[in-house]
Amino acid sequence: MTTQFQPELALWEDTLPGAAHWSFVMKRGTALRLTDLEGGANLSALFYNAEEKLERYNMADTLKAQHTAHLSKGFVCYSDMGRVLCSVIEDSCGWHDTLCGMSDAALVKARYGEASYQAQRNAMHRNARDSMLIELGKWGLGKRDVVANVNFFSKVSADDAGNLAFQPGNSAAGDFVDLRFEMNTLVVLSACQHPLDPNPAYQPRPVKLTAWRCGTPDAADHCRNFRPENTRGFYNTELLFR
Amino acid sequence: MAIVASKLDPKEAVYDYTLPAGESWLHEVEQGQTFRILDLEGNQAVDTLFYNAHDPAERYSAVDTIRAQGNIYLSAGSRLLSSEGNVLVIISADTCGRHDTLGGACAAESNSVRYASDKKYMHSCRDSFLHALGHCDCGMDKRDLTSNVNFFMNVPVTPEGGLTFADGISAPGKYVEMRAEMDVMVLISNCPQLNNPCNAYNPTPVRLLVWNA
Ligand SMILES: [Zn+2]
Repeated sequence: MTTQFQPELALWEDTLPGAAHWSFVMKRGTALRLTDLEGGANLSALFYNAEEKLERYNMADTLKAQHTAHLSKGFVCYSDMGRVLCSVIEDSCGWHDTLCGMSDAALVKARYGEASYQAQRNAMHRNARDSMLIELGKWGLGKRDVVANVNFFSKVSADDAGNLAFQPGNSAAGDFVDLRFEMNTLVVLSACQHPLDPNPAYQPRPVKLTAWRCGTPDAADHCRNFRPENTRGFYNTELLFR
Repeated sequence: MAIVASKLDPKEAVYDYTLPAGESWLHEVEQGQTFRILDLEGNQAVDTLFYNAHDPAERYSAVDTIRAQGNIYLSAGSRLLSSEGNVLVIISADTCGRHDTLGGACAAESNSVRYASDKKYMHSCRDSFLHALGHCDCGMDKRDLTSNVNFFMNVPVTPEGGLTFADGISAPGKYVEMRAEMDVMVLISNCPQLNNPCNAYNPTPVRLLVWNA
């Protein structure tokens, strides 16, 4: 059974400043609340099995197993091994993008101009792809380990012809999403702006991280029963821990 | 959906091979060459990955491609981007009209989730990809497998954010053709999927042709 978030349960708490990057391991049975502190945040995330990092978040399997093109409460993040890395157990936001990838150096320079460390110190312009490569390097990973990511708090929808449109205002100050980790998971984060964010200013927003011990999902779990596919995905995952 | 026919004549192709269903194909297409995939019997999914032939760490990126073109479907005119933001190939002709790049490749593990636990023992695209990489001396392995193109697959996204697997819009004789903008390695799994009604549970061969510039 899953214990929902309560502030007094916090194991640790941290705030990722806008444009910052960080990585850490979340254990099975713990959860992470991501809170958009100011509204309009974007948090790019990659997930890897911490014990076998070749097993990683798989956008395609996540989407097709759940017949969805976005993430919100009930949906889970699948690895390429038919297992669940983490589950969205609460969500005040309603839509998280996983189709549009990350900003890179060329995009940030073209849109926002150059701001180097030499000139701007820590107000320099970071981009999500380089941020991810820095964090991945800390774990012995690199370019070949970068795959399609999740962009928490961002909404990009497609019309009937497949044309994409970024939807501003999807996340307000205080909006949050709670992720329960179903295996020991390396979490790699960048708080750079979404690559389709139309805001002409380089204005990435901070995201608060709060971890707590939530326990493992029982038979009545919402995410497990959200789709018949998920029941099988949780079964595959739990084989790792028998 | 733009339908663009090709003027190229199969008799002038420098390469012409029929790939049976369930088999893999790893082949270099040189910059300037044109590569055609011909759906011989219709509604066959051709799971395809592209790599910079000189540095396979640079590879097809589905998310960069769809973001850069502002559209989730591939068709004539689509520029398929690498993870470094370079153009790998441009779709120069297409008589199908739409190709998927969200649905990914089938795998034993994902089949066990999507269909039933005992389906994991069936042949899959990722097995085909790994078979090809296991036999090449290109230094590539599972780390290099990412979100691919599914030529001839129809996977519509709804404005509400749903994903649906619709009937194929391909038919016997439809093809897609692309011009290589750099030397590319093309890795194909001609999908053996037997659980999906899209292909009427009948995977079929495709014909692969290459023309010089
Ligand atoms: Zn397949």
